Amino acid sequence: MEALLFNVDSGFLEGIVRGYKAGLLTQNQYNNLTQCETIEDFWTQLSATDYGNFLANEPLPISTSTISDRATQVLVDQFNFLRSNAVEPLSKFLEYMTYAYMIDNVILIITGTLHGRNTNELLQRCHPLGVFDTMPALCVATNVEELYHTVLVETPLAPYFRDSVTAADLDDLNIEIIRNTLYKAYLEDFDAFCQSLGGPTAEIMHRTLAFEADRRAINITINSFGTQLSKEQRAKLFPTIGRLFPEGNNALARADDVDQVRQACEPIPEYRAFFDSGPGGSSGGGGASRANGGAGSESTANLLGDLGDDLGGAAAADLEDRFFVHEVHLNKLAFLQQFQYAVFYAYIKLKEQEIRSLTWIAECIAQNARDRIHDFIPTF
Amino acid sequence: MGLYSSYYTYGLSTFITVIVALYLVFTGSGEAFNVGQFLEESSPYAWASTGIGLCIGLSVLGAGWGIFITGASILGGGVRAPRIRTKNLISIIFCEVVAIYGVIIGIVYSARVSPVNETLLYTRENYYTGYALFWGGLTVGACNLLCGICVGIAGSTAALADAADPDLFVKILIVEVFGSILGLFGLIVGLLMIGQATEFTAAASAAVVSPYVH
Repeated sequence: MEALLFNVDSGFLEGIVRGYKAGLLTQNQYNNLTQCETIEDFWTQLSATDYGNFLANEPLPISTSTISDRATQVLVDQFNFLRSNAVEPLSKFLEYMTYAYMIDNVILIITGTLHGRNTNELLQRCHPLGVFDTMPALCVATNVEELYHTVLVETPLAPYFRDSVTAADLDDLNIEIIRNTLYKAYLEDFDAFCQSLGGPTAEIMHRTLAFEADRRAINITINSFGTQLSKEQRAKLFPTIGRLFPEGNNALARADDVDQVRQACEPIPEYRAFFDSGPGGSSGGGGASRANGGAGSESTANLLGDLGDDLGGAAAADLEDRFFVHEVHLNKLAFLQQFQYAVFYAYIKLKEQEIRSLTWIAECIAQNARDRIHDFIPTF
Repeated sequence: MGLYSSYYTYGLSTFITVIVALYLVFTGSGEAFNVGQFLEESSPYAWASTGIGLCIGLSVLGAGWGIFITGASILGGGVRAPRIRTKNLISIIFCEVVAIYGVIIGIVYSARVSPVNETLLYTRENYYTGYALFWGGLTVGACNLLCGICVGIAGSTAALADAADPDLFVKILIVEVFGSILGLFGLIVGLLMIGQATEFTAAASAAVVSPYVH
């Protein structure tokens, strides 16, 4: 029935976002990009794609970080266009999407402020999708108590902070715990919002968010091995909307090593594959070595465990990358249904993945690491 | 919450209906609710005009609904793939055709309406013409409403599919063609329904068939 009235408010934007999606790089274009010898070649190849001449005004020795920044700017422009044309409830939906980046930004600013870093530098490092008007106000705070109250008053994240974090928690050691607590509150809230929309939006977003929740739960578990995080504290960080909830979450909360994590994921057929190939210890070891990095999800190096890639098995399948591959798969599924909001979420996530892949390829070209250039995660 | 509110709505209306019905029965005026009287008293003109109105109204509602569903998607998809805009006008035309069906039937039906003196109106044939126009109009209107929505949704999907992959356009257009034929079924049945109905004609003498009409 959603087909009857969806287009009144959001039909135009859905058409636009599907147009954007058609501009995502294809396998063919990725192949061309990986053939490039220099960054200049790479740039020429890119200007033949949907990116056009987005690097036109850059001074010539182009660094990979410039490419990444400019590509992110393209994404941000597209998102802002969608957002400024959206009406309720789509505008609310898009706003929820920015909360994830806001959480990262607020955590970044809190960490920086606690360490007394330069304010401007901090603001520049924030993700542009998570920028909100009152963000500079956060930097004015001088002590923890003041910071906490500023966050409560000034940010859209206040409900998440109020319910899960107290001023006493805001210190260095807890910062990852706070990030994960906020993210748990955010995921549950976003999922509840999507359920209130009903129809295919609720169905598809729940599928995507449930995977996101499980991914975080598994990451938290693996990263907490060998730290002082107690099992009760760990259990409190797990979002309760995943497919692992509740029995898988309980098993994860009790887990002592990667093998037990694998057993906890056993009941979900899709998750079984994450731990499948090779001995469980080695693939898990790759994940655990990213101590505390998993929660940030800012890893630029995305090794794809490409089964067709037979360079002596050099590209060892990494847990994190299998998560990314599965996320891309879920986001691609979202495009199979019309008249729902999940395409907006899926497009932004796919574009982000594409930017990560581009950065990886550019990095490999710049550092002349041609044997690893194929270890990116393609989108389409 | 939704469950309770829907139950309350149904319960309240049922309750009021029962109370009114019982009141009529127990106060000796049970015959006030008389379907036969209502049918015979109401003028065939009222039936005919309502039927024509419903026919064109529902058809235009369906066509308009279909066009906005399709149009929004064509506009959105056309931003990044301008080549779809001309081809997908076919979808808009399919929706428009639905309104034209309504117009055709409206014209055919209104040809049966002619002025007759009220005292000579209430004949067997005129009653029949009135009812035939009403239910025929309702049939055509409802058919075209659903057909318009159907073509609109299929057209919206066709536009987005065409924007993603030009090969898909012809294939999806076939789906749309079958959808738009549904409205034609309504048109045919609507014409058949008034096949036996004559134009409104005056009775030879002041023959009133119903005891209820003054």
